[in-house]
Amino acid sequence: MPDPTTDASVPAVAAQPAPHPRAIDWVGRALAASEAIVIPVGAVVVSAALFSLFLLALGKSPQTFFELLWRGGFGTAFSWQNTLVRTAPLIFTALCVAIPARLGLVIIGGEGALVIGGFAAAVVALPFIGQGGAFFVMPLMFIAATLAGALWIGFVGALRHHRGVNETIASLLMFYIAVAILNFFVEGALRSPADPNKPSTTPIGADLMVGQIPGLEVHWGLAFGVVMAIGAHILMSRTTFGFAARVTGGNVRAARAQGLPVGRLMLAACALAGACAGIAGYFEVAAILGKANASLVAGYGFTGILVSFLARHNPLAIPPVAILFGGLAAAGGLIQRRMGLPDATVQVLQGLIFLIILLSETVYGRIPLFSREARA
Amino acid sequence: MSAPTHRGAAFGVETIGMTKIFGALNALDDVSIKVRPGTLHALLGENGAGKSTLVKCMMGFYQPTRGELLVDGQEAVIRNPRDAMRLKLGMVYQHFTLVPSLTAAENLIVSRPDCPSVIDWKREIAALDAFMATMPFKVPLTTPVSGLSAGEKQKLEILKQLYLDRRFIILDEPTSVLTPDEADEMLGLLKAMTARDELTILMITHKFREVTAYADEVSVLRRGRYVGGGLVGDLSTADMARMMIGDTEIRERATRREQPSQPVALELVALHAADDEGLPAVTSVDLKVRAGEILGIAGVSGNGQSELIEVISGQRPLDDGRILVHGKPYEPVRTEMDRLKVFSLQEEPLRNSAVPRMSVAENMALRTFDKPPIASLRWWLSPAPMRARARELIDRYRVKTPSTETPIENLSGGNVQRAVLARELSGDVDVLVVANPCFGLDFASVAEIRTQIMEQRNRGAAVLLVSEDLDEILELADRVAVMSGGRITLNAPIAATDRAAIGHAMAGGH
Repeated sequence: MPDPTTDASVPAVAAQPAPHPRAIDWVGRALAASEAIVIPVGAVVVSAALFSLFLLALGKSPQTFFELLWRGGFGTAFSWQNTLVRTAPLIFTALCVAIPARLGLVIIGGEGALVIGGFAAAVVALPFIGQGGAFFVMPLMFIAATLAGALWIGFVGALRHHRGVNETIASLLMFYIAVAILNFFVEGALRSPADPNKPSTTPIGADLMVGQIPGLEVHWGLAFGVVMAIGAHILMSRTTFGFAARVTGGNVRAARAQGLPVGRLMLAACALAGACAGIAGYFEVAAILGKANASLVAGYGFTGILVSFLARHNPLAIPPVAILFGGLAAAGGLIQRRMGLPDATVQVLQGLIFLIILLSETVYGRIPLFSREARA
Repeated sequence: MSAPTHRGAAFGVETIGMTKIFGALNALDDVSIKVRPGTLHALLGENGAGKSTLVKCMMGFYQPTRGELLVDGQEAVIRNPRDAMRLKLGMVYQHFTLVPSLTAAENLIVSRPDCPSVIDWKREIAALDAFMATMPFKVPLTTPVSGLSAGEKQKLEILKQLYLDRRFIILDEPTSVLTPDEADEMLGLLKAMTARDELTILMITHKFREVTAYADEVSVLRRGRYVGGGLVGDLSTADMARMMIGDTEIRERATRREQPSQPVALELVALHAADDEGLPAVTSVDLKVRAGEILGIAGVSGNGQSELIEVISGQRPLDDGRILVHGKPYEPVRTEMDRLKVFSLQEEPLRNSAVPRMSVAENMALRTFDKPPIASLRWWLSPAPMRARARELIDRYRVKTPSTETPIENLSGGNVQRAVLARELSGDVDVLVVANPCFGLDFASVAEIRTQIMEQRNRGAAVLLVSEDLDEILELADRVAVMSGGRITLNAPIAATDRAAIGHAMAGGH
């Protein structure tokens, strides 16, 4: 760009010499960076302590609980497998929260997009079941799930953009609609006679099922989830879309003043988020259930909210946090059997963690240790 | 509420060696000032000079690191604002603290610390009427505050302090939301009250005119220190200015280059826009700005100027009317901003033109992140050229920042404004929209920013400058327009008008 102002516009104020780029304070930087890890970990520890009090009040031993939690979630190869199977959908549903969160949108209806995605995958497979051609049908199922999820949350984004409807409420209410649609078809027109006890669609058959990662005994969804998380990170940090999204999330007034298409960005982020949750539904159907039924509504979408918040909406932090919550869910059964506690006990812990995480948001920037960087 | 006679109720306040240290910053350094009873004392200083810190220490919002406070000659320990109230110290803030949906009377009565849970309105109103009868200025008591003018609200804020029997009142830039006439009326009445020994006032201001016309004494702060003061009659405006800015050399202001009249570059045709509540804020505004011309829009804050700027910069929907740039319809979206070279410098940059948590380099790239060399293949973003460009702008515009990666919110106000200025003015500018660019900045930054704006004009840019600071408009503008109640009430070449005519137009022009 030609720059006719180069010389003319140099301000010449005598008392303001050019700044010396200060030596970078590495310790200060490391401390500032560690804030984002120490505070969430601290929040989990505080939640665990509170939960221990809850257990003591019930007359149970917290020590036994955490031992069982460890054993059920991470103690053996089998429990790890159990954990990772639950981790995969959590990564996708957490991305469904994290991507819009970078634009300042709070989407909590990932569960609905998961249900609709899984349902769409099962439905498009119906005409092809038992006829081979997996190389064509499997991508078709994947695309159907992705599109269905994208349209589902994309619609929430459109409501927000065109009508100013609150995206949090809209996405939550859309979840109930998703479940109603699933039940309507699964218990009615699409109900398979093959499964008399639990209303389901016709099983897609072994040839359309997603295989397992060799040596890990966990389906490919996990690997795909990790790739998606890395992809989301690159999208947000290294593309013009991600930059525009961060500007919008950081200050929507500045984004408007820069002429950025705020509404379209929000819509795109919502569609992308919905696509992630839809993919979670695809893997639930094509790798676990083999059909669409009420088991799709397993709460992964809601736990994903928790995962994303604990990861501070950072895509790279989502897989490890998802493993933690996958382990919690995997250990639920063991804890139920051994301690005589209801399955929901783990959810009490999850709820506590969420509450403390939200509270810990107010702590950022308040602990002097982390903000050594001198103010200019 | 007793309604005693207030004559002789005034008392003085004195600070001795007041010091306040925030971390590494010496916000207030050994400041001793003496406000004598029954005087109007002005506290002068640039932004960041420590005026606010000083009064906040007096009011108990801050605990001074060292120093003493004498109230009416007695040493006083003020641990919190409640202690200050007990000692009859009061403060009126720059922004209104009244409840808009309540009437003036209700606002006054509920503000009382001893306000009962069940209010006997009849009795209270009678007591209030008795109190009002002793006051020199009146405010309609039964209309909701939202229906009062800015001047009336400001009076009500002061009445509230008096009603609460505060006899030492701190005013924080009390005239910033008033028209010149309103300001004169209010300060005149307050001055009379201090002269009658009913009240002592400490007024924070940066307007020399108000100091010379109304204050008895003045204290000047600079960089947290007391640098001088005395009886207003003994000091000239030049003396006070020198105390305020110290030895800082101010660059000569850019001179206005006379140039032949050029074609209209920015034209606003019958603009209409609503405020956040959906009420009309901008009504039928027609304006033309020629290339190489600065059009200054004056007015009291809140008369539609912010909404007008927001409409032009794309932050607020346009209800009706058209914006034309070089005669062609203009919509504030990115492609057209780039094509027609429209740039904007808005007030409160951290709110309007920067992303507080993003880095200095990223903020400087808001205009250029989607163009080469920062972007390649339209999608891929490369941080290296972004940082290189930021370093170049940081040097050229002397932005003080620890690094290009520091979040911009960690910079001082002047440096944030300079960073935004660097971003918006480093390109080829045809149309520049500016709103209160110097608000809250120190003298050196102000001189610099005004110079930059003038240079853009001399280069041939059409500049639309909205400012609440009339002096800024008188200094920079070629033409002046006044906005009042969302309408343009005056539009004239700067040479064909004067302060009085502008002030009259600010008040509605009728």
